[in-house]
Amino acid sequence: MTPIVRSVGLRKSFGGFEALKGIDLEIDRGEVLCIVGPSGSGKSTFLRCINQLEAIDGGALWVNGELVGYRRTGRKLFELSEREIARQRLATGMVFQRFNLFPHKTALENVIEGPVQVLKTERRQAELAANELLARVGLANKCGAYPIELSGGQQQRVAIARALAMKPALMLFDEPTSALDPELVGEVLSVMRDLARSGMTMIVVTHELGFAREVANRVLFMDQGLVVEAGSPEQVLGRPTQARTRDFISAVLS
Amino acid sequence: MASVLSENPVMGGRDGLTEDISEFEHVRRKHVGRYVSAALIVALVSWVVMAFAHGRIEWAIVGQYLAVRSIVVGLGNTVLMTALAMLLGVSIGVTVAIMRLSANPVINWAAAGYVWFFRGTPVLLQLLLWFNLALVFPNLGIPGLVEVPTVEVMTPFLASLLGLGINQGAYTSEVVRAGLLSVDQGQYEAAKAIGMPRLQALRRIILPQAMRVIVPPIGNELIGMVKLTSLASVIQFPEIVYSAENIYYANNRVIELLIVAGIWYVVVVTVLSALQGRIERHFARGAGASGAMTRAGAST
Repeated sequence: MTPIVRSVGLRKSFGGFEALKGIDLEIDRGEVLCIVGPSGSGKSTFLRCINQLEAIDGGALWVNGELVGYRRTGRKLFELSEREIARQRLATGMVFQRFNLFPHKTALENVIEGPVQVLKTERRQAELAANELLARVGLANKCGAYPIELSGGQQQRVAIARALAMKPALMLFDEPTSALDPELVGEVLSVMRDLARSGMTMIVVTHELGFAREVANRVLFMDQGLVVEAGSPEQVLGRPTQARTRDFISAVLS
Repeated sequence: MASVLSENPVMGGRDGLTEDISEFEHVRRKHVGRYVSAALIVALVSWVVMAFAHGRIEWAIVGQYLAVRSIVVGLGNTVLMTALAMLLGVSIGVTVAIMRLSANPVINWAAAGYVWFFRGTPVLLQLLLWFNLALVFPNLGIPGLVEVPTVEVMTPFLASLLGLGINQGAYTSEVVRAGLLSVDQGQYEAAKAIGMPRLQALRRIILPQAMRVIVPPIGNELIGMVKLTSLASVIQFPEIVYSAENIYYANNRVIELLIVAGIWYVVVVTVLSALQGRIERHFARGAGASGAMTRAGAST
């Protein structure tokens, strides 16, 4: 089976700042990959390249068997149209640090927006599926609530349901618990844990080392736009070989 | 003093501060200024009203012409032109605002050029130019296929609609652009992440949220438009000022008839102001403003 994500020499710059300096990585279907590292290390940028919220500047990226952002004809790569990029994005679901729920829509309307408007699912059918998803994240009784009426943890769980409603092959989490009050982190991590157990392929950028140790198949440590160390959670978090990894872990744990 | 307080912060020290005042009656501040200013304003307003009542204005004539047929027809035309010109203005405004935020430099500059030109010239001149379009384009249509003389097509109605609507579009586009920019960048990203192309994201996610910011100034401009339509009297569009003028050319009661028109403007604007509040509440849903949490309109 082809890997769900294949990154070869991936580079990305913002102005003069090189956020990603050549990422080589393969991620298999069913894998739960946690990416850790200090802020500014490029881990969020890598995630945003995967669903094309950022266009890449060099190297190549395949997601779900397709070359990201380009069509290859002979020895030329043609930039895709906006509509084709939107279609490619359907392979991935994204959960943002700041939730980004649509504030003018209820929880249920947030979840059905994509299926109804983009996938052209019939509204009744989309609502049934959305009710099921909201129940799955423990919010069956909050269907009619507007985001402002929900706690941060509840908003993030709606955001997870909204992403799942598009039936993505891969879920991306960009520091999903970093904007939450400490007592609300657990409920979101618990939903993510269940999702991982159900076999969903996940890439999680996180500072929750406990979660990474427990749920991840593989942990990636990034720093200054490069992958410093990758391996099993025990290996990277328990017996890191690189000094930068050790420094980071002791800084986070202290 | 400070040391006394820090020794016994609740009850103070050995001096008067030890007294328990928690049961004392609270006496509100006297707002003398409010009474004085109210009296001044009442006096000023009564003086102005008295002056108008005793001035050389025949109020009986105002009453007599308030609801005559040509005034009522003129009022209808004013309201119709306001609605149509504003509709055209908002349609152009939304389109141009989206063009202004486009990544395509050609579209971007075309939109900026439109705003520059139509904000840069007086609307009175624009009305006269539209009405006299035949000076530049004697015929309209596709040469050799359909062609009509411009003077026949460019009626006072059409010239007023184009002049007022296209001018309004330039102003409205800036209001809409500000509204679009006020929506959090994360909303664009969330819309993209569920696979929406740009225009769909704008229509479904961004514009509805921008409306909260856009509606108050558009309401303001709508009210401005009610009165701006009076300029169309210059190109013989029979709105209310034009009707009033036709009457006072005959009977010389200039101020009386302008007051008739003025009364109707105030009535229309009062109704529109009341509607504005209702529309603003609708678009505030989910934004945390009081009364915004109703389910009304949640399905739109």
